[in-house]
Amino acid sequence: MPLEFEKPILELEKRIAELRETARTTGVDLEAEIRLLEERLARLKEEVYGSLTAWQRVQLARAPGRPTTLDVLEKAFQDFLELHGDRAYADDPAIVGGLAYLEGQKVVVVGHQKGRDTKENLHRNFGMPHPEGYRKAMRLMDLADRFGYPFLSFIDTPGAYPGVSAEERGQAWVIAQSIQRMSRLRVPAIALILGEGGSGGALAIGVANRVLIMENAWYSVISPESCAAILWREAKEAPKAAEALKLTAKDLLAQGVVDAIVPEPEGGAHKDPLKAIQNIKEALLKTLEGLKGLSPEELYRDRYRRFRTLGAYAES
Amino acid sequence: MALERLFRRKRPSGENRDVPELWTKCEACGAQLYKKEFRENLYVCPKCGHHHRVPAVERVEMLADAGTFQEITGLKPLDPLGFVDTKPYAERLRAYQEETGRKDAILGGTCTIGGVPAVLLVMDYAFAGGSMGSVVGEEIARGAERAAAEGRALVIVAASGGARMQEAALSLMQMAKTVMSLDRLWERRLPYVSVLTDPTTGGVTASFAALADVIFAEPGALIGFAGPRVIRQTIRQELPEGFQRAEFLLKHGMVDRVTDRRRLKAELVQVLRHLHPGVPYALGV
Repeated sequence: MPLEFEKPILELEKRIAELRETARTTGVDLEAEIRLLEERLARLKEEVYGSLTAWQRVQLARAPGRPTTLDVLEKAFQDFLELHGDRAYADDPAIVGGLAYLEGQKVVVVGHQKGRDTKENLHRNFGMPHPEGYRKAMRLMDLADRFGYPFLSFIDTPGAYPGVSAEERGQAWVIAQSIQRMSRLRVPAIALILGEGGSGGALAIGVANRVLIMENAWYSVISPESCAAILWREAKEAPKAAEALKLTAKDLLAQGVVDAIVPEPEGGAHKDPLKAIQNIKEALLKTLEGLKGLSPEELYRDRYRRFRTLGAYAES
Repeated sequence: MALERLFRRKRPSGENRDVPELWTKCEACGAQLYKKEFRENLYVCPKCGHHHRVPAVERVEMLADAGTFQEITGLKPLDPLGFVDTKPYAERLRAYQEETGRKDAILGGTCTIGGVPAVLLVMDYAFAGGSMGSVVGEEIARGAERAAAEGRALVIVAASGGARMQEAALSLMQMAKTVMSLDRLWERRLPYVSVLTDPTTGGVTASFAALADVIFAEPGALIGFAGPRVIRQTIRQELPEGFQRAEFLLKHGMVDRVTDRRRLKAELVQVLRHLHPGVPYALGV
């Protein structure tokens, strides 16, 4: 299902393809007309993609076909081996993790996992973890620390699951514990916001030495819909809330909340997932390289400094 | 609200001036309560035991030893994102500041509690629902660091709807900042106690408030991650009786004790004296 603002582009692309087909089957020379339309298409793309609103980016961050954590683990890494379970209650399909190699480097990986179709989305609870998901993440942080391997996390969640079962099992408590556990890692930690960075459920695996974000991903304290429902009293004001929350990659870079932006192919990562994943791999390798040579204690202190300095206030 | 206050102030001083204000009503059982008595009973209804919300200043008076509290908070909030919803954030901040006489949603200071040196931080629900933005996050981090540097215990009384929306991602980052600052106490083996009061939800529960060495909750307090309205919308069912109340959390193993406010200081002192390495063995507080 195309996004609303993509439609004129897709229609034009279709028209060009049809003309090409006609030219091929009838032998009529339509080159001049096709070239004209292609120029129009290029202008249209520049117009639409060159001035995406915050709300349009939120939609791109949720677009079907956008690479998920497992897509990245399977294509940018080698020999990904998934490890399951929180050793206490259950295995949460909304968070995946395990062992992998990144260009020959041993790493431990964790990430939110959304479904790639409706059936998988139901299974994965739309990427909204229960407490057991965060306990699994913490267990994998322990593993990274114990063996001294870098810890890489992929953030893509609308938020931690807001439901009765999650509250009964201490959702707030595990998020707090996961923030604390990750902040105490003595190995290099990198977090990448792949799509949606919804609030505490995202931050729980986002306390890294370097935080990267995809060009069209968002990260904030609340989703635009929920924010609109509370402050505007209407969820349909979400586009206004998206603007006000300053939740785009560029805004977050200016605020110091993220350290670097990973470029996406034109039109968003779902247009060319493999290219997006290639960009991710390059960014991860470069960032890991930058953390080389820091001792375990330096890594801990570097992370502390990174978050300790965030905020805007005036001395009394 | 503001209008009402204006009228009150302008009322001519006369015999009956204070009459309507001498009495108040219990929010839970509706009992008529004599205000002075109600306050002396720490805002707990003597009839039904309902714990009403307490103004931050009076919370400090309840817990700090008399005459020992020295305020250390007072940072001023900014509007880093130029946030405007139906009203500009800057305007909302001014209104809250006027209403509460406070710069932001936290009041804290150094004091002793039962003789134990402490940093006491009290969140003020009256200021923007006690929400945590940059100021609250920074005050908590500084409070923890100061406690560590001066060998004090840390006591935080939480009352908050969660992270402050108008500072967006910067508010979210305060969750990490506050959690990380607790490590300073850890290194010095100093105790941190949190008291969860009505309500404590969202990013405050899911950060520093949940990580105390000992966690008290006040009876009946609403405590959780997601607010009940959000949960109801998500699951489209009515919520079970007593859901997310302090007693529910005790049952599910999330808090150490649900303590009546009238015994809170005594229990807090017992914990602080036990855990603070500088306090010698002493029975019977």
